Amino acid sequence: MTHTGKRFPVRLNTRTDKVDMTHGSGGRAMAQLVDEMFVKHFDNELLRQANDQASFDMTAGRMVMSVDGHVISPIFFPGGDIGSLSVHGTVNDVAMSGAKPLYLSAGFILEEGYPLADLEQIVISMAKAASDANVPVITGDTKVVEKGKGDGVFITTTGIGLVPEGINISGDLAQPGDVILINGSIGDHGIAIMSSRENLQFETTIESDSAALHTLIADMVKAVPGIHCLRDPTRGGLATTLNELTQQSSVGMTIREDDIPVKPAVSAACELLGLDPLYVANEGKLVCICKKQDAEKLLHTMRAHPLGKQSAIIGEVIEDTHGFVQMQTGFGGSRIVDWLAGEQLPRIC
Amino acid sequence: MKYIDEFRQQSLAKKLSASIHKEASADRNYNLMEFCGGHTHAIFRYGVQDLMPDNVNFVHGPGCPVCVLPIGRIDNAIQLAEDHDVILCTYGDMLRVPASGRKSLLKIKAEGADVRMVYSTQDALKIAQDNPHRQVVFFAIGFETTTPPTAVSIKQAQALGLKNFKVFCNHVLTPAAIQNILESPEVRDIGSVSIDGFFGPSHVSSIIGSRPYEFFAEEFQRPVVIAGFEPLDVMQSTLMLIRQLNEGRHDVENEYTRVVSRDGNLKAQQLVSEIFELRRSFEWRGLGLVPYSALQIKQPYADFDAEKYFNITTIQASDVKGCECPSILRGAKTPIDCKLFGTVCTPENPMGSCMVSSEGACAAYWSYGRFRQDSKITEHQRDNMESVA
Repeated sequence: MTHTGKRFPVRLNTRTDKVDMTHGSGGRAMAQLVDEMFVKHFDNELLRQANDQASFDMTAGRMVMSVDGHVISPIFFPGGDIGSLSVHGTVNDVAMSGAKPLYLSAGFILEEGYPLADLEQIVISMAKAASDANVPVITGDTKVVEKGKGDGVFITTTGIGLVPEGINISGDLAQPGDVILINGSIGDHGIAIMSSRENLQFETTIESDSAALHTLIADMVKAVPGIHCLRDPTRGGLATTLNELTQQSSVGMTIREDDIPVKPAVSAACELLGLDPLYVANEGKLVCICKKQDAEKLLHTMRAHPLGKQSAIIGEVIEDTHGFVQMQTGFGGSRIVDWLAGEQLPRIC
Repeated sequence: MKYIDEFRQQSLAKKLSASIHKEASADRNYNLMEFCGGHTHAIFRYGVQDLMPDNVNFVHGPGCPVCVLPIGRIDNAIQLAEDHDVILCTYGDMLRVPASGRKSLLKIKAEGADVRMVYSTQDALKIAQDNPHRQVVFFAIGFETTTPPTAVSIKQAQALGLKNFKVFCNHVLTPAAIQNILESPEVRDIGSVSIDGFFGPSHVSSIIGSRPYEFFAEEFQRPVVIAGFEPLDVMQSTLMLIRQLNEGRHDVENEYTRVVSRDGNLKAQQLVSEIFELRRSFEWRGLGLVPYSALQIKQPYADFDAEKYFNITTIQASDVKGCECPSILRGAKTPIDCKLFGTVCTPENPMGSCMVSSEGACAAYWSYGRFRQDSKITEHQRDNMESVA
């Protein structure tokens, strides 16, 4: 399936054509879409093997694997699109183990009638994200569903990575006395998405923070190999991630509202919509838990990386049989930061 | 955030806290009811209780529009969406409120009913314009704050000649509810609920002004302070109520002067009275039938009244057995007095309306404050698990 541009007599018209059922049928039309769209942009040696599987050699060690489905609406949003997001999301999930992400797979579910021009824009963005991250897409799949049975494009990516020797990072390793860090401001992604939803357009300069964090993590792991936990606070935001970690590790946490970075525009949008930034999604943030004596060194390392300039220590792990996350409010009181219940819905008056 | 952060300053909170500690007399309690869910939310979200002396208690009132709507009216809305095939437009908070038969608007939406979450009446109008062959019903709920936008939408629909836009009106009135609480036997005769003073609504008062509270401050001899929704507003108002009580006064005072005047927003009031008229009585969850406590659409605008168009009759429905929302809404019980609280009723699986809205007392207790009563709650859960099961 080498991309030659010569195999099909008439080239795929990515300007005006739309996805139709033949693009998922397994026939010549699908082969052409794969060749002139996916192989063309994702181009790499392993993909060009053109088998049903990608084949590669591995060195010995501990592997990690993660899968992530992407169904975002709108597909294009300030600061990214479903393509770049599908690379960042999975690269980050793999990297949160401390692993070096190696390869990605990509499964596309396309809706009949979706413009090929938009699909190509997504694939180009995805290819760029993969290339920037140096984690190639080496195998893939395409299915087409009838119009009305999908929402344009869904992308599922799987990633694998190799954990460096001696690194053991896991959500159940937080210990009382540990320190909690974050690499920057929260809520940017969720607010960027909401600002571009059809029924909720408001003007904001906020862009999604969508980014691949593995190079930041590589620096962090190098500086402090004994990091206890890493997790990306995506859906459900920082609050949900901290609750997951307290539950896994059977500990409690205290955080300080004043120390959690939130951009003024995100605060303002949350205020307007009745949302709490603690529960708003991020796509380029990580929560890190480490021993107290490692915290300053780690903070220094994080701040030296472009994706960690705003890093901050936001709280501590404590002993608590109830597993509560408590917060010292900026106002001077305290409260629980609970799991998100349902969707975060705007208040009405 | 300019104009917001100023009202959340810790340094000022500490100063106010010191004044309150100094002026609150140690030989009495100050039971202060915040009528509005907005105040309840602020108290819990910012941890205002931590800055108060032990003898200053906040009693949570019925001012959460989602919480006080009786189940029968939600059943009505569900019927509209299921049986009349309308596009039902609703504010987000209503979606998860449990109705009869374990239904909710969210559940019937999943089963195929056309229920859409809107952020304003303008969204609902646009949906009506975009779907000329469908009936579009706006599920209007809320206190005096949300009433003017509903009135505007009816005026606009009339101007646009929209035949397919209807309003299912459930707008309710604050002063009638406060009076009802003060007249309830628990407060007046038995004295089992002690309410020494009120935080008056902030947003509601921006529309109706502070004048409507003057009657019952005088009649029931309870001080009222109109309070903004920011935490410093609540603290300043607490100090003002304590001072009134110490001096034996029962005046209507206005802390929220940056928004509220004595007469309120006359233009909005005029618009509301053009479109709406008082209902003879309306059912409130927790308070029962309260005379002249709600609005209905006037006859000249009957074309936009879903109740008339679809011939809606109020369904009588009862709350889930054991649910204490009614007593909690009156301030007669607290969430931890309820057997369902934290056992089968949690924000993930709400049994009563007070657990749904973030302005509901149960949701605020559970989500923000349960560490305070934790030992009590754990004990309560152990005691009640069996009886509930």
